[in-house]
Amino acid sequence: MEALDGNAIGGILYHVFGREMTMAQAECVCGARGPLAECEVYLGGPGVVVRCRVCHNIVMVFVEVREMTCVDLSGLRALELPALH
Amino acid sequence: MSVVSRGFRGRRRDADADPARVPPGQFVTHDFPVLSAGTTPHTPLDKWTFSIENGGVRRTWTWKEFSALPTESVTVDIHCVTRWSKLDTTWEGVSVDTLLDEVEQDAGYVLAFCDGGYTTNLPLEDVTGGKAWVVYTYEGEPLDPEHGGPARLLVPHLYFWKSAKWVRGLRLLDEDEPGFWETYGYHMYGDPWREQRYTGD
Amino acid sequence: MAGATLHGRLTWRVATVKAVVDETPRVRTLELEVPGWPGHVAGQHVDVRLTAEDGYRAERAYSLGSAPGEPPVITVERLEDGEVSPYLTREVRPGDAFEVRGPIGGYFVWRADDGGPLFLAAGGSGVVPMRAILRHRRNSMSMVKVRLLYSSRTIEDVIYREELDGEEVVHTLTRAQPPGWTGYARRVDTDLLREVAWSVGEGPLAFVCGPTSFVESVAAGLVELGYAPRRIKTERFGTTGR
Repeated sequence: MEALDGNAIGGILYHVFGREMTMAQAECVCGARGPLAECEVYLGGPGVVVRCRVCHNIVMVFVEVREMTCVDLSGLRALELPALH
Repeated sequence: MSVVSRGFRGRRRDADADPARVPPGQFVTHDFPVLSAGTTPHTPLDKWTFSIENGGVRRTWTWKEFSALPTESVTVDIHCVTRWSKLDTTWEGVSVDTLLDEVEQDAGYVLAFCDGGYTTNLPLEDVTGGKAWVVYTYEGEPLDPEHGGPARLLVPHLYFWKSAKWVRGLRLLDEDEPGFWETYGYHMYGDPWREQRYTGD
Repeated sequence: MAGATLHGRLTWRVATVKAVVDETPRVRTLELEVPGWPGHVAGQHVDVRLTAEDGYRAERAYSLGSAPGEPPVITVERLEDGEVSPYLTREVRPGDAFEVRGPIGGYFVWRADDGGPLFLAAGGSGVVPMRAILRHRRNSMSMVKVRLLYSSRTIEDVIYREELDGEEVVHTLTRAQPPGWTGYARRVDTDLLREVAWSVGEGPLAFVCGPTSFVESVAAGLVELGYAPRRIKTERFGTTGR
């Protein structure tokens, strides 16, 4: 199964964060930085898994638990959001 | 309140399945979707090992040794927490009882560990007494890497995330310790008949 | 209305199919009517949600193939093992409805004042957002230079064939070519890119969309040619589960 990228979860990210997030700059614990759109994304399983494109460590996990979206961001060292126009 | 789309049924569904075989909230399919949390590992067989770890003690089999162990053929129904079920799937592999026979232990729990870092936890009594296997053949063919090959755990009486793909061993523990999906909110036990999908169910 | 799509409520709305167009044996365009549609930017997509009578639900993302200002249009490729695309490409007819959420996206987008020159590389249904970009460029009378490199299996698989017929489109047909074909006949590689992509000195902006393996190989090829990674926008489509 080939990985997708953060574009594929634009809708989930918007739902969770309340705004467009594919342009947000994510910093992995390994030091790699880049837009969420460029992260590796694995969909379709029990949850959505987002991995760093460089070190493949998990950056974010989204799980739908009884109509709630549970968000785990422990693999993210920093997230910078571009200003909204 | 969602819109029902005329004529949409989703994955090819078996509407005639015996309802007694379908746990609550599940749909029966003939497909076998591939679901993953990372890239498919490809461990060459000459590097592959399976281990049982019990504290500092480790019993390891190479692929050659593992494939020489007695196997069983089983036909079982499997139930994924993403709501699809597949009936009468056939597998061949080594019973976990056979593997645990080689190790002295009185642990209460196991943590299955896998290539790619995936883990899942189970009570020892749920992988013994003929309830679990490490399988390497599916429908008569070597298990495809996409479906967990060379070998995966098979524990059909629990949700299929417990049937860990690319399994490389079992760690024996005294306490139950959440594995990968359990850490992210899935149920520690996962009985499909009691619909134990998430923590607190 | 870019502002509305960056920050505002993103809710599920009902989309009614107004018309369907079979582009190729495997690909169908659905023209949608979405009350309250806020408008979109070229390159954005929608999430589509289908609910069956027994409550079963499936969700997939599809790129918008229409330009800003035009009604929303999605173009879907049927994957044989898919659970949504066979329904959208075979069963759906005008009058049918499903839910959409969007428009979504702020990375894989092009607005006329983002400039160029533009190099677009599409594999298969990856051409859908490229059509939105090309139409927007034309509609906004942009003077930006553009080239679309479009990889398809055969001529019968070329989506939007009549529209994508100008000199800015370079086709490659990877599996079979019609008699007399003088165009490229192989998968995109660095040599092909060297011949087709704008040179680095011109400061091009690249968009690459299609199956993951196509995107990664083309992006790597562009980097090899000297494109700065931050001037290459990528969008990967899955080959399964759509």
